[in-house]
Amino acid sequence: MLELFLGAETLSSTIRLSVPLILACLAGLWSERSGIVDIGLEGKMLIGAFAAASTAAFYGNAWLALLVAIVVSLAFALVHGYAAINQKGNQVVSGVAINMLAAGLAVVLGNEWFREGGRTPPLPEPARFMPIDLPGFSALYDVPVLGALARIVSGHSLLTYITIALVPLTAWALARTRFGLRLRAVGENPHAVDTAGISVARLRYQAVIIAGVLCGIAGTYIATSLSASFVRDMTAGRGFMALAALIFANWRAWPALWACLLFGYLQAMGTRLQGVKFGTFEIPVQFINMLPYVMTVVLLAGFIGKSIPPKASGIPYSKDR
Amino acid sequence: MTPAQDTPAIELIGIDKRFGPVHANKDVNLTINQGSIHGIIGENGAGKSTLMSILFGFYHADKGEIRVKGQPLRIKSSSDAIAHGIGMVHQHFMLVDTFTVLENVVLGAEGGALIGPALAKAREALAHLAQEYDMDVDPDAIIGELPVGLQQRVEILKALFKGAETLILDEPTGVLTPDEADHLFRILGQLRDQGKTVILITHKLREIMAITDRVTVMRRGEVVANFETKKTSVEELAEAMVGRRVLLHVDKGPAKPREVVLDVRNVTWKDKKGIARVDNVSFTVRAGEIVGIAGVSGNGQSELLDVISGITRPTSGEIIFEGKSIGELADPRHLREEGLAHVPEDRQHRGLITSFDASESAILGWHYDESLGHGFRLDRGKVVNRTRKEMEEFDVRPANPLLKSGKFSGGNQQKIILAREIARDPDLLIVGQPTRGVDIGAIEFIHKRLIHLRDQGKAILLVSVELDEIRSLSDRIIVMFAGKVMGERDATANERELGLLMAGVNKEAA
Repeated sequence: MLELFLGAETLSSTIRLSVPLILACLAGLWSERSGIVDIGLEGKMLIGAFAAASTAAFYGNAWLALLVAIVVSLAFALVHGYAAINQKGNQVVSGVAINMLAAGLAVVLGNEWFREGGRTPPLPEPARFMPIDLPGFSALYDVPVLGALARIVSGHSLLTYITIALVPLTAWALARTRFGLRLRAVGENPHAVDTAGISVARLRYQAVIIAGVLCGIAGTYIATSLSASFVRDMTAGRGFMALAALIFANWRAWPALWACLLFGYLQAMGTRLQGVKFGTFEIPVQFINMLPYVMTVVLLAGFIGKSIPPKASGIPYSKDR
Repeated sequence: MTPAQDTPAIELIGIDKRFGPVHANKDVNLTINQGSIHGIIGENGAGKSTLMSILFGFYHADKGEIRVKGQPLRIKSSSDAIAHGIGMVHQHFMLVDTFTVLENVVLGAEGGALIGPALAKAREALAHLAQEYDMDVDPDAIIGELPVGLQQRVEILKALFKGAETLILDEPTGVLTPDEADHLFRILGQLRDQGKTVILITHKLREIMAITDRVTVMRRGEVVANFETKKTSVEELAEAMVGRRVLLHVDKGPAKPREVVLDVRNVTWKDKKGIARVDNVSFTVRAGEIVGIAGVSGNGQSELLDVISGITRPTSGEIIFEGKSIGELADPRHLREEGLAHVPEDRQHRGLITSFDASESAILGWHYDESLGHGFRLDRGKVVNRTRKEMEEFDVRPANPLLKSGKFSGGNQQKIILAREIARDPDLLIVGQPTRGVDIGAIEFIHKRLIHLRDQGKAILLVSVELDEIRSLSDRIIVMFAGKVMGERDATANERELGLLMAGVNKEAA
């Protein structure tokens, strides 16, 4: 039983499944700390995944796939930025529009290009980000205890390690750099930023761009590392789970990591528990698959304490009060 | 005196600014000497804040020139202003509540990609400034947890840290206790002694007299007078501020007051910060008389109106309307049914809905009335016909009930509201700023109507910042200052006496 809940395989798969959540959550964090609400994480990841899978299918190059995914996701992010910053539009509506556009566009283009009902063809290994063994770790695999640890830490794709490194980087940048200070300020009181002689629009665009890049990486990871092709709606609500994690984490980088790992763990358990019997009772698959989503609702409904969003988030900036 | 000191710190030449139809600054000229405290006084909406926001680069003037130390400058943004040594403490603080004092001070002046060195530098500078000006504040405190007085101090420190030579303060004492205000004035005095220039925007005459060297009076977007503070008086300033208008003559006979309709007893209303905006106010209004409430705007009149009309609850005290406590009557709808009509001060936001047809605005608050339909159905034909009749009676032009409310001129909008409120034969009419932004013809019409209502035996409570209007309509005049009733006078009171009361000076009490 312990092996089932806390075994190396479960924990390793927790990390694998957490990566897109962490990336999306950080994307949301950058965006919302600057005052731009981003419901469109899901859509940006999805279109990123599609762009990555398509590029990989056509050219067989994972890095090119990553680049194209970032560019496409960024383009979607800039549409959101234009609506939210220049046009002072409703940010939720704009985000929802991006989600719908991405879901539809991916299937239509996929069908046109590959004729497989919106899927892309399975990707060969060179077109994917494959697991890498960290140097020296494989020697430890057979050592008791330490070996289990080594198997959890090692054997992930490069994107996973980049993602984990982004967490401390984000925390540090927000707390210690000029850019981070200004970004936090603009999400709390853009008037203070404006009167300090700093451009509110510019800062918010920078945040939106970061969110776009991170969602592009997340999409690439989902299509080329977690899976080996694009399938319609393959992000499966991860963008929304990331938003839940963001609220859960009170818009902070380190807590965001833990929240995403928790959600990733629930997803991993969902897969692992399929077919497992407790006595004569077999848990229905649907119920297990439901777990992360139920948990999201439960956590948001009351388990977390007071969660305070950036004060100006969702409010378009205008000079007049 | 060196030549440098002769050059004015700031010169504003021919500044003109419009916001849509509002002419906020009309050809404003202003000279501010170095090393002085210069007051700019005027009522709310006189254009003081707009003018200073232009100087600080927050808005751009349509026309005009700004010179700093004799140099003509184009100030395109706040960063230009800051770079030329202009700092501003806004009425609403420009602070990030979740930041520490240090982080707020450093914002916009980080001096490098990492904020560590700037924070250390700011910590040192704050310690230095704290010593020099008696402005102690914990650099690591979170802004949102500090009292407003300290928050304001941080605003000043922020400006000084960024090298401000000229400091603009916009209504700095509005949020301060008298003690805090005194401390602020001491600090400003020290700043002047150090050669800094201070511009103080306020509508409080006392502050001008207490601290400034020179004073500029603004009214309706224009500079109307400049004085050397030593050579002027509260009376002179009050007169310049309120202004003399051509007195509109209103024919009226003596009032025949009868029973008390409205009895306001010791009413206090505190805002979220716990500041008493209405402070222990008591008065009565009788049937058949007009009671006018005079005062410079922002002295609690608006809040008093809200409390009496049932929009907000008083923090303490009681309001009795025709023998019943307003607290029991609960909400504006019941009050209206009991015969209390209200023409709100802010007609565009509270009086009508600008995007609605006039006929729809004309039945606001009466939409559930049985005469306009049955059950949940509203009979549009009846609504339109009724409005058309009201429009003809009140000479609303154009008399088109289907035109959007916002398309009518101010005067005609006001007539639509007045018609609506009077139509149900109220016992008490509360009117806020009845003729603000209304043309002369409509003013006359509205004034006649109000007198006519009085003669019918209605009780009328009139709140206006136009002293002339108060004097020509009221049978009794109550003057409010800083939320308190400064005094009550009868209709024969002269302008100077009322002006002094409006400035918070009570000769009888003194």
